[in-house]
Amino acid sequence: MMEGLLEVLCSAREKAEQAEVFSLVSRTVSVQFEANELKQIQTKESSSLALRIFKEGRIGFATAGGECDLDTLVDMAVETSQFGSPANFQFPPRFHGDSSKVCIFDAKVGDLAKERMIDIGKELITKVRGHTPDILCDVEVTKRTSSISLVNSQGGEGRYDKSFLGFGLEGIVVRDTDMLFVGDSESSCRFDFIGINDLADRVIWQLEMAKKKATVSTKLLPIIFTPSGVASVLISPIMLAFNGKTVLEGASPLKDKLGKQVFDKKLSLWDDATVAFGVGSYPFDDEGVPSQHLPLITDGIVTNFLYDLQTAALAGTQSTGHGQRAGGGFPRPGISSLTLNRGDVSFQAMVEDMKEGLIVEQVIGAEQGNVLSGDFGGNVLLGYKVENGEIVGRVKDTVIAGNVYQVLKELLGIGQETRWVGGILQTPSLYCPRVSVTTKGS
Amino acid sequence: MTWLFAFIRVKGYNRGMRNMLAEALKGHGADYIEIHFEESQATSIVYRGERLEEISRTRSSGGNIRALVRGSWGFVSFNRLDGLRDKVTLAVEEARLASREPFKLFPTEPVVETVMSQLKKDATAIPLATKKELLDGCNDIMLSSPKIQSTRINYRDVGRQRIFANSEGSYIEQAKTDLALRLTAVACEGNEVQQAGLSLGSNGDFAAVEGLHEQAREIARRATALLSAPQVKGGEYTVILDPVLAGVFAHEAFGHLSESDFVYQNDNLRQIMVLGKKFGDKHLNIVDDPTIPNLRGSYKYDDEGTQARKTYLIREGVLEGRLHSRETAARMGEIATGNARAINYLFPPIVRMSNTFIEPGSTSFKEMLGDTEEGVYVKDWYGGTTSLEMFTFSAGEAYMIRQGRLAELLRPVVLTGNVFTTLQNIDAIGNDLEMNQGGGCGKGGQYPLPVSNGSPHIRIRHCVVGGR
Repeated sequence: MMEGLLEVLCSAREKAEQAEVFSLVSRTVSVQFEANELKQIQTKESSSLALRIFKEGRIGFATAGGECDLDTLVDMAVETSQFGSPANFQFPPRFHGDSSKVCIFDAKVGDLAKERMIDIGKELITKVRGHTPDILCDVEVTKRTSSISLVNSQGGEGRYDKSFLGFGLEGIVVRDTDMLFVGDSESSCRFDFIGINDLADRVIWQLEMAKKKATVSTKLLPIIFTPSGVASVLISPIMLAFNGKTVLEGASPLKDKLGKQVFDKKLSLWDDATVAFGVGSYPFDDEGVPSQHLPLITDGIVTNFLYDLQTAALAGTQSTGHGQRAGGGFPRPGISSLTLNRGDVSFQAMVEDMKEGLIVEQVIGAEQGNVLSGDFGGNVLLGYKVENGEIVGRVKDTVIAGNVYQVLKELLGIGQETRWVGGILQTPSLYCPRVSVTTKGS
Repeated sequence: MTWLFAFIRVKGYNRGMRNMLAEALKGHGADYIEIHFEESQATSIVYRGERLEEISRTRSSGGNIRALVRGSWGFVSFNRLDGLRDKVTLAVEEARLASREPFKLFPTEPVVETVMSQLKKDATAIPLATKKELLDGCNDIMLSSPKIQSTRINYRDVGRQRIFANSEGSYIEQAKTDLALRLTAVACEGNEVQQAGLSLGSNGDFAAVEGLHEQAREIARRATALLSAPQVKGGEYTVILDPVLAGVFAHEAFGHLSESDFVYQNDNLRQIMVLGKKFGDKHLNIVDDPTIPNLRGSYKYDDEGTQARKTYLIREGVLEGRLHSRETAARMGEIATGNARAINYLFPPIVRMSNTFIEPGSTSFKEMLGDTEEGVYVKDWYGGTTSLEMFTFSAGEAYMIRQGRLAELLRPVVLTGNVFTTLQNIDAIGNDLEMNQGGGCGKGGQYPLPVSNGSPHIRIRHCVVGGR
């Protein structure tokens, strides 16, 4: 693979001052169950190549998937460079990231047989149906191995392999016109890190809590966001604000808050691309900058923003090693593995503390508000009512709305247990005061 | 660029390719096999504030195989056509590993046809310099408006040539272009950040994004006005939706529920969605129609080679039809409607909408507004999503309605509801149908699929509006 990349690099160097070639080759196998039955097995092979050049001081960029000859790729990059932004940074001459230090590859994942993947799916469904026989589960068990290679004209060169294994379960229970959606997922780079039982138990807990229905009042109520709830509702507005690009353009509410107390003192948040077997981990980012542990919020104080090379150069700072290429495209700042610190309150104690409130697991439409200003809102897809310290049932036709900067300024409590959600966010439950709750017919 | 075009085209289609795919499909002992192959060229331009941040071009080629054996599917995607027969064998083996209850696909007549796209002004053929000049113009207007801190522009055009062949003898080549543009203005004052935007799209006709200066000015003006606008108080309101947002409502609140893959294996849902059931008043008609010419969701054949057709989802308030693939149609004993679509070769086709809209009624917007004592007028969209039963969608622009007149501007609102009650609560349907071509639809990890949706103005009673 490296030879192919060097060939592209050579060819590009004939027409441009500097060049960089990124390649992503992956093989994904997934086993898909629909309505409790094995519906489909998929094997996806894909390879893509991205070429970035500096020509006459401007950035050009082109990508190719599948068969594309070298000249076409270089010509496309040259064409775009006429209009590209000024080349204001250098490609890293050496990649410090030691691919042996950040553990992200487990050969056992690649070796996992399809038959075993089918068994895992069946086991999950059997466990969950043991609790609720009429549930219809869609389950996907996915394994992927990928190779990332990067070379640039400044002498930088590196490659690494990564493995991924994930299980996801979505269940639906329909009774009359009432639909209940439950679900969760687990993922890791490593086979041994994944718990089938944990996943099944969490879904069973959701089913148990949602057995009865309850109604809340339209008013300001305290809310416990479970780890899924934090991921579903609170994280995206915050991550947008920490993105170096949003900061640079002056649209981030945190733009002038570096070093200032913005969040609750109990709250710390960091991004760490070196977490062992983290789904978001890497030895160096997609531009060759080494990965690191980066504090974003320390005891409520804003400490860092996320940068890639180009954005960092424009902002007069250094890349933080967060240049990421979604689908092999143009690098942009992005998170790797986020962790919110654990607190000292048990989930049970939070529930017992509530006179009337909500527990929120999943919201639909949370991304639709004015996310830039920190607003969140949406329909509670899965959430439970708490009354006098006890979970009394599932709520429906209920909308929540708030602003993350208000809600996270003063928390009532941070959970003492954390867990990974979607493989990229490790978080405890957050107990928030006074969020607007609107419900139908009240 | 690739050797695909090295085959000589005879009588409109690529005979060499047809023979090669036919050869690879032979003799695998599967119930059904299909092969897709496609090539695409895309241009993408992104502005953030005054900087043209990304400009890129992409070429891509690849394909996939789908095999059906005794009720289960195997799927293999690939980048290279070499060793195609082995890839077909792998897909068949995968299908054999699974074993559901066997079924026969809904029968369709084999088709051999080439469908070319005919555009007045093909966006993929427009020089980069022209595209940049046009976007610069819009960006400058937004940036020079008062209190505008930043802007976002996302432009993308894609040309796609697709080949479809199946074991029943179909061979279809289709070319299709798609264009999407979003303009956003971000206004700041103190700690307040507000934004307003516009989404446009077309079937690749560049004219759809020309002459937008007035709209660009309007977006900037609106973003600024939002800085001092109040937030609506959360609660139940009578709402009037403009044609753009009502189109999103038709798509989210009912369109997705009409996609049979959500329904066909779920006995309870099948009872809820039984044809003939009343969903709304007599004035309510919802349609999905890929055969309307020149919209983003238009096509002649879907990705299973089924000819596209117009489907009434709701006619006169009653559930009349739903969207099908060949599998869901067969399993439900209904007709394949030509709605199996995939965003690209990395995914198998699944049941999707095309151009979905509420048919016009007879009420004028003026009348509708005039007899609304208090309510909210909502326009334009940020987005929408559904869980089948419950849906939410958000308006980019909202005004209070007081005594039959538009009153103060409000901060963007999120509307939510339960589909079964909300459709019954539509009490007026306007006479001013408009199709909206912005955005794209996401489902099962496949985003963005080109679709369009539309509606006249509609009024809904008792709609929950989120607010603080």
